[in-house]
Amino acid sequence: MKIISTEIVLALILSGTIGAIAGYLGSLMLSKRMALMGGALGHLTLPGVALALLYDFDVSLGATLFLAFGVLIIWLLEQKTQLHLEALTAVVFSASLATAFLFLPKEDIDIALLGDVSQISSTTVLVTVIISMVLFFTVKKIYSSMVLASISSDLAQTSGVNLKLNNALYLICIAVTVALGVRIVGGLMTAALLAIPACTAKNISSNLSQYTIISTIAGSLACIMGVIAYAISGIPAGPLIIIASALLFLISVFKQQKD
Amino acid sequence: MANKHSVLTVNNLQIAYDDHKIISDLSFTVQQRDILIFLGPNGAGKTTLLRALQNLLPYQGSVSWNAQKISYLPPQEFLQRQNLPPLNIGEFYSFKTKDLDSIKTMIVDVGLDESLLRHQFSELSTGQFQRMLIGWALLDSPEVLILDEPTSGIDIGGEETIYSLLHKFWQNQNLTILLVTHDLNIVWEYATQVICLNKQQVCMGKPDEVLTPEQLKLLYGTGIKFYKHQHK
Repeated sequence: MKIISTEIVLALILSGTIGAIAGYLGSLMLSKRMALMGGALGHLTLPGVALALLYDFDVSLGATLFLAFGVLIIWLLEQKTQLHLEALTAVVFSASLATAFLFLPKEDIDIALLGDVSQISSTTVLVTVIISMVLFFTVKKIYSSMVLASISSDLAQTSGVNLKLNNALYLICIAVTVALGVRIVGGLMTAALLAIPACTAKNISSNLSQYTIISTIAGSLACIMGVIAYAISGIPAGPLIIIASALLFLISVFKQQKD
Repeated sequence: MANKHSVLTVNNLQIAYDDHKIISDLSFTVQQRDILIFLGPNGAGKTTLLRALQNLLPYQGSVSWNAQKISYLPPQEFLQRQNLPPLNIGEFYSFKTKDLDSIKTMIVDVGLDESLLRHQFSELSTGQFQRMLIGWALLDSPEVLILDEPTSGIDIGGEETIYSLLHKFWQNQNLTILLVTHDLNIVWEYATQVICLNKQQVCMGKPDEVLTPEQLKLLYGTGIKFYKHQHK
């Protein structure tokens, strides 16, 4: 039976790990400015994913290359114009989405947009787990500084926080997490991978440590549920993961009302 | 050479946004255990000055600190209290120290109940929030405390409580305080030094000596009613 194959076990480990780190990092992004950033970055990865599918190399690698390229263009445009970072991101991500469709093979559109957890090698799983652990320790290191900075950047800086370094690390973590997430949920739904677990956690937690733990678990659990549903139904895992995440969110809403 | 008791020496400070000068040619010295109050109308550059003193803004001139630990509280309205992760007060305090006993002692010292450590930012009243912030700022025993309008949005009774709280800490610890306020009564009651600012230094010295009706008129324009707090 498909559900107990090695392929599914590898998919479960991979998705569960990416879900956990996305949930953990996403718990820091629950502010007005950052909530949609994950989505914009997800779109930015698409030409890279398209190239990876076309020339048969790793989609996360393609995604990372185009994220770096996109972020560089946004940064250059910001220097040249008076426009906000968000506005420029919108311009660049739409353009990059459109570009992706120019050379994305038709038969691979589903994979690029909705993700694919089939045919994952054990090397990919190992590399993903190692990258996720590095991400976890980096996010843990900057977590309290970033929370302090979201209260007031002056307060953070006068408390000895190197805001430029922390912001750079934060953005790199987001970009790498998006590049990992693209593999399992595709370029269209990475924002959900980052945002929904944090919303779920916020509904049912009364302090910061509960909140981060619940967000991490909710992120991982949704991915595991999605992959199991994929193994049973054969429907692409990406949408199933996001639906599972939305279901967990709904449960948290009712739990919150009961409390 | 800087006096050995001075904690801050500022020389020819100039701050500008683009070509617009906010502060020009400001020089002063702050001694240990001073309570220095910056007085001036809105837009005089008081907040800008406090931020420049802490290297949060570019400036010209020299700012030289002779203190290791400096705590700063921005105006309350500049702090985000909503749309935050569910951070409770105990966790906020633990960003500064992991010592639970000193956290508990501090929250009681600022006149709040220990149970508030489990509450979130949005659950505190404006007055409670400001006391909590003062406790946070003092948690690692700073030598200098810089406050920007610490009682904005707080009623008169609450304002008096905040200042007597600050005064209590000032008496008990080796603390130097730099403070921005609009309230002349606070200047009369607590300041050891006052600097009147309106883009440039209008007056500087002990409140009794420099805050004359003429100076206040110069500082705020016409229409200021002169009222001096009577000390025994």
